[in-house]
Amino acid sequence: MVRYAYYPGCVAEGSGREYEMANRAVAARLGLELVEIEDWNCCGATPGHNTGHLLGLALPARNLALASGMGLDLVAPCAACYNRLVTAQREIACDPELQVLMGRLLGRDYHGDRRVLSMVEAVAAVGAERMKALTVRPLEGITVACYYGCLLVRPPAVIRGDDPEDPRLLDDLLRGVGATTVDWAHKTECCGAAQALPHEEVVLSRVRRILEAAVTFRADCIATACPLCHANLDQRQARVNRRFGTDYRMPVLYFTQLLGLAFGLNPGELGLGLHFVPTAELVRRIA
Amino acid sequence: MLVLSGRGQEFANRVSLESGQPVQQCYQCGKCTAGCPAASFMDYAPHQVIHLVQLGLEEVVLSCRAIWVCTSCYTCTARCPCRIEVARIMDILRARARRKGLHRGQRAALFADLFLDSVRRHGRLHELELGARWGLSTGQPWREADLAAGLVAKRKLRLRPPRIKGVEEVRRIFREAARLEEGEHG
Repeated sequence: MVRYAYYPGCVAEGSGREYEMANRAVAARLGLELVEIEDWNCCGATPGHNTGHLLGLALPARNLALASGMGLDLVAPCAACYNRLVTAQREIACDPELQVLMGRLLGRDYHGDRRVLSMVEAVAAVGAERMKALTVRPLEGITVACYYGCLLVRPPAVIRGDDPEDPRLLDDLLRGVGATTVDWAHKTECCGAAQALPHEEVVLSRVRRILEAAVTFRADCIATACPLCHANLDQRQARVNRRFGTDYRMPVLYFTQLLGLAFGLNPGELGLGLHFVPTAELVRRIA
Repeated sequence: MLVLSGRGQEFANRVSLESGQPVQQCYQCGKCTAGCPAASFMDYAPHQVIHLVQLGLEEVVLSCRAIWVCTSCYTCTARCPCRIEVARIMDILRARARRKGLHRGQRAALFADLFLDSVRRHGRLHELELGARWGLSTGQPWREADLAAGLVAKRKLRLRPPRIKGVEEVRRIFREAARLEEGEHG
């Protein structure tokens, strides 16, 4: 059993709750103990750092300090949370003045000495062999377009570990459980992210391109590791169709949902009925 | 050779200093714009935004739409051959625009305000509240109704606001951050 301090993020309680369900179920199967950080707060996401530099650092810093108090490395499943936590940690670590400032802002000593991992990294750390051993329903014949988005891979000076232009961690994981993944050019093309409400036209045009690319590569589904990407690709897919007269019906699954299916977990337990674009046909092919 | 007025030069230097980015080293290759997901929706493309900073045209750059259409995807930062963190400069410009009141009327600024107000009050984001307030503030309360209805049906929108015990700590962060940033740039 490996223990982690777990930072669910705000959407885990709402629009991204199927990601939370799948993460918990898969973590249990993999022997990862996710200990929720008590009283965690919002990381501020894009609005935080867009509004003020210190605000954008201090909101995640409080969570880093809480994880440090637990003496555990931290796992953040949402790519946006993960990005803010790593950014804050790196920036504060490089600047002693900022460290003192954080103490003043937080009203408590700041320590941010624990590793911050994305859910992809935490799962990958389990190792390919163990994953294979747990696979009871290999995803054979399923073609997946792995979509990393932005905040899991950029900026490369801060977010390290995977190739920022051609990342492979997700592909390796899903290939490891039998899926075929496509070498497409849209792995890290932005979905428009937080502009969904302020500038929906940006999101719809981006999502259309990503869906079109996935269709071109004959993908059965898109796999993502970010609830914001998921919301744009899944929830707004019908709007893309209305706007552009297209007829996309591309299931968008969280990578832990696909892993969970391969491990023989129940689709309901993985929240597979909670998407806007139906996943039933795909699930039938696996289960 | 380009000679800037004292004020323009000062603005360019301030942005460089505040962002830690050598703005004057940009040679306008346009790679940031080539990869930008939102460039076609901007009034000035990303490389032009940097050019405006270089030219010291403060008012123009702080009131442009581009800095608010930016999605903060960091593609520009990842690909700049001069290693200029363009996305970081965008952050600095948005913060400066705010301090001068030039953010008013920008939809992304309003969205950030409503998002952060929810976090300040509850410690975490209350998605339903954000959506409802966004609809009312923009005068289009039903625009997202179809998505909201879908989310409610799937129980993917929490009805009651979250509340953390340390909400006072979060409010303190907001207060102190605003005070310090104002003091630093006031």
